[in-house]
Amino acid sequence: MLSRTADTLFWLGRYVERADNAARIIDAASRLATVPVPTAARSTEWDSALAAAGAYSAFAARHGEPTRDAAIDFLAFSPANPSSIRSCLETARNNARSVRTALTAEMWEAINGAWMELKRFDGAMMDRQTLNEFLSGVKEACLRFDGSAYRTMLRNDVYYFLRLGFYLERADNTARILDVKYNVLLPHESNVGGGLDYFHWASILRSVSALTAYRWVYHDSLKPWLIADLLILNEQLPRSISSCYGNLATYLDELSQAYGRQGPSQRTARSIRTRIQNTSISEIFQRRGLHEFLTEFIADNARLGEAIAEQYLA
Amino acid sequence: MRLRIQHETAYRYATPANRAIQILRLTPRGHQGQFVVNWRIDVDRDCRLQTTIDAFGNRVHSFTVDGRLEGLTIIAEGEVETQDMSGIVRDQVEIAPVGLFLRETPLTAPDEAIKAFADDVASEYGPNPLNLFHGLMLAIRERMRFDVRATDTGTSAAKAFAEGHGVCQDFAHVFIAAARHLGHPARYVGGYLFQPAIAQIQSQGDSSQAQIPAAAQDAGHAWAEAMVGGLGWVGFDPANGMSPTDAYVRVAIGLDYLGAAPVRGTRYGGGGEELSVRILVTETGRRR
Amino acid sequence: MPEAFDEMTLPDGSNRPGYAFLKRWIDNTSAESLAHRRLEAELLFRRIGITFAVYGQNEAEERIIPFDIIPRVMTRTEWERLSRGLEQRVRAINLFLADLYGSAEILRAGVVPEDLIYQNPNYRPEMVGLKLPHNVYVQIAGIDLVRTGEDDFYVLEDNARTPSGVSYMLENREVMMRMFPDLFAEHRIDPVETYPDELLATLISVAPTTHAEPTVALLTPGPFNSAYYEHSFLADKLGIELVEGRDLLVVDNIVVMRTTEGLKRVDVLYRRLDDEFLDPLTFRPDSILGVPGLMNAYQAGNITLANAVGTGVADDKAVYTYMPEIIRFYLGEEAILKNVPTWRCREKDACTYVLEHLEELVVKEVAGSGGYGMLIGPRSDRAAREEFAHRIKAHPENYIAQPTLALSTCPTFVEEGIAPRHVDLRPFVLTGADKIRIVPGGLTRVALKEGSLVVNSSQGGGTKDTWVLDA
Repeated sequence: MLSRTADTLFWLGRYVERADNAARIIDAASRLATVPVPTAARSTEWDSALAAAGAYSAFAARHGEPTRDAAIDFLAFSPANPSSIRSCLETARNNARSVRTALTAEMWEAINGAWMELKRFDGAMMDRQTLNEFLSGVKEACLRFDGSAYRTMLRNDVYYFLRLGFYLERADNTARILDVKYNVLLPHESNVGGGLDYFHWASILRSVSALTAYRWVYHDSLKPWLIADLLILNEQLPRSISSCYGNLATYLDELSQAYGRQGPSQRTARSIRTRIQNTSISEIFQRRGLHEFLTEFIADNARLGEAIAEQYLA
Repeated sequence: MRLRIQHETAYRYATPANRAIQILRLTPRGHQGQFVVNWRIDVDRDCRLQTTIDAFGNRVHSFTVDGRLEGLTIIAEGEVETQDMSGIVRDQVEIAPVGLFLRETPLTAPDEAIKAFADDVASEYGPNPLNLFHGLMLAIRERMRFDVRATDTGTSAAKAFAEGHGVCQDFAHVFIAAARHLGHPARYVGGYLFQPAIAQIQSQGDSSQAQIPAAAQDAGHAWAEAMVGGLGWVGFDPANGMSPTDAYVRVAIGLDYLGAAPVRGTRYGGGGEELSVRILVTETGRRR
Repeated sequence: MPEAFDEMTLPDGSNRPGYAFLKRWIDNTSAESLAHRRLEAELLFRRIGITFAVYGQNEAEERIIPFDIIPRVMTRTEWERLSRGLEQRVRAINLFLADLYGSAEILRAGVVPEDLIYQNPNYRPEMVGLKLPHNVYVQIAGIDLVRTGEDDFYVLEDNARTPSGVSYMLENREVMMRMFPDLFAEHRIDPVETYPDELLATLISVAPTTHAEPTVALLTPGPFNSAYYEHSFLADKLGIELVEGRDLLVVDNIVVMRTTEGLKRVDVLYRRLDDEFLDPLTFRPDSILGVPGLMNAYQAGNITLANAVGTGVADDKAVYTYMPEIIRFYLGEEAILKNVPTWRCREKDACTYVLEHLEELVVKEVAGSGGYGMLIGPRSDRAAREEFAHRIKAHPENYIAQPTLALSTCPTFVEEGIAPRHVDLRPFVLTGADKIRIVPGGLTRVALKEGSLVVNSSQGGGTKDTWVLDA
């Protein structure tokens, strides 16, 4: 396969996943914004949402302190933000078009449909009702694209590169969502199980659609270390870092089988995966520190991206 | 005259490139007024120099290099024995048909101003081509001022003529545009010019060293050739108002600068490219 | 203008050979049903994805070229004669190019004037003396034909550079076969679906001899090119990579593409990129679509370009007028397909005639002289004619003139029902090392506007499927 084609597929996967994540982050932040806060404190949910989407400094440079409308517009519609939902879907659609014959008709229709649908929405001053409609539309489109890929594609390198993009992006997003709120996940006795933190914890889980999963897995009230455990180490949760790395290792392995050769990306993915598997949540909290762990992971994950780019996409 | 030429083309990349390809027209060939005693091309990286002859009879070298590339230096050097032939070129390699040299190119397309200028010169100097070309050469020199900062390698004859200044390349382009407009085949020549005044400064350095002294020229020379019935191709240097002498070394010809460009290349990756060219032309084999 | 020849119905009301069944079918199908069928066809086109690019815009919808569901019919006897003529013409074009870039006998013999060739920007000096595998220059030609009578076929234009439209020929047939399987079963219509195989065989046959199992790729300018759909369609049908310039590298005069498994050698490039843009180190230095060093690899004989560089000199409008002489010069035969009679204004008598008959003639500017369009005499006003007369007098060598042809008509389903509309035909001729291949038929273009002679899709033209069958 042409390197350019592989690169286009990889980023197609990443942008679809990024759009989906942005939708979930906006969703969770909107929800959190309805929780009453002590009047003295400024509510920070939009700062967090921007930070989780990796768009905080770009936003601050343009608009200063975030307001709801400005933040939503930036995260969802702004052409100035290359990771806004609109930018993501536009890039994804352009990518899909340039490798159209490599995709199945269902996948093309999903992404092209989402892109056309997007035109109906205008960022400025969107009411809650319309916003919800928009966000569910985006999530559905991503689901449809993902599902079409799963159900209709040949399992060959086209599929693998698309999947690598998905999981690399997803691992990054999960780590960022956790990292933005790492301070509320620090175990300080007074707040456990109640107060404002509770809503923050719920918001984290909601950002990755894992609130229900949490209850199923732990049969317990929300506890910060369990939340971190679920999102980092639980292989059963499709958005956990651990699960992403299981998939990354698998698809890289498939690629090396198909091409009869392995390289730095396979080695990098395996070593990151082993480290995750060999750690525990208490070790992360007590010995390393959650923030340090996540910072290191985000850098590792980026390194894997570079290794894949160098080995296959350049 | 026996002339020794050293021509260094050096690229520096602030961010290293990872691959480069270069096409060189840096090798003079012999004709009656010019004998190439020896000539070599050196590249400071491992590569395979491929050599071919192009449609104009120029010797072309090409090479590719890959791997981390912080810079790239190409040196062409050698000795050429020259003779003053009053600009007449004979026994050179000719491949392209003469008629081809009537063709307009983007760099040599005449605009109304050049056409009017050419027509004026033609009515002044009459139909004898040799007279006409001399007249044209002098008229261009009168009309245009030499200025190294005014133009670049992509400047068209029309633009340079309108602005009234340029370098030898622009003078040659205007000459070619005018000659072709008048129905005479004409072409571009790239090469070297021995300039005693500069050479004297240069010789204060030690020219036996590989390093080319700072006072070197930073560009080659360019002139034009036009077809004169009975004589064949004859050189005209409108920048200096004379036909080439034994101080001239003829390297490559083309329809315009692009066809005879000494170096055309591309790099992959990297950035912050800096190009420096240094040329040293000295006289050898004669006692001072 | 003379009465147009209708390909279905003769002046006495009888049907021409091959059209009887179509007439019956038309008579037995209601307008409503036809409209329904047309809608169905459009849906099929959209589903297959054939669209006429309006890329780059914020267009969600890509337009499709209007498709007429009434096929154009040609008998096998008619086709065989056409096909012999096409083969002859393309053979002569290839010999002509090989000669021009070789010893130029035809210029020495004074058959074609030298300046017409050497001052033509599409004559590429870079090609002089180059030995191409099997001496094939034009592997893919699209010859535009028009018909004016029972036995009168004229070549309007030779396309020897990067002719397009073949994807429409293939898609039109695909759609027709899905919609009218019965008609195909009853009438044994010659298939066109072998075209991709024939093209691939042609391309493989002209690979440089240095390589046993040649790799073929299609070079496209990219998604913003108006024919990008066709490029990706063909690459897909041929099972070859669709590459852009940035996918290719030249390493030591070998062309390679960057793949996920490393650099891979390419032996044949079916390029749909114009000469000018192929190699910034040889042609336009500002081209970012090309491959630096490609011409050096080409000159070294390490890659075949299809079509070759510099073929545009053969399809020039002025050179076209010499085609009958060119065919005679190389093949010693008379041209089977006629040229439209042409007055070359460069010739004094012709010029005088043209200036006196501007009202009846179509005046065209030859390539390489600016492209200020053309004058259609019968549709022009006095001012336009005067303006052209002025231009012709200033630069007679830049102009040719032809009579206004009455293009044949075919029944076409339009707003007001079924009505005759003017058509042309572009068959595709493939020249390989082994033989010439032509799939029967080609792309029929139809001017949907009543009376219009302009079949271009950008100006209200549509397409039809072209059926070659036993009458």
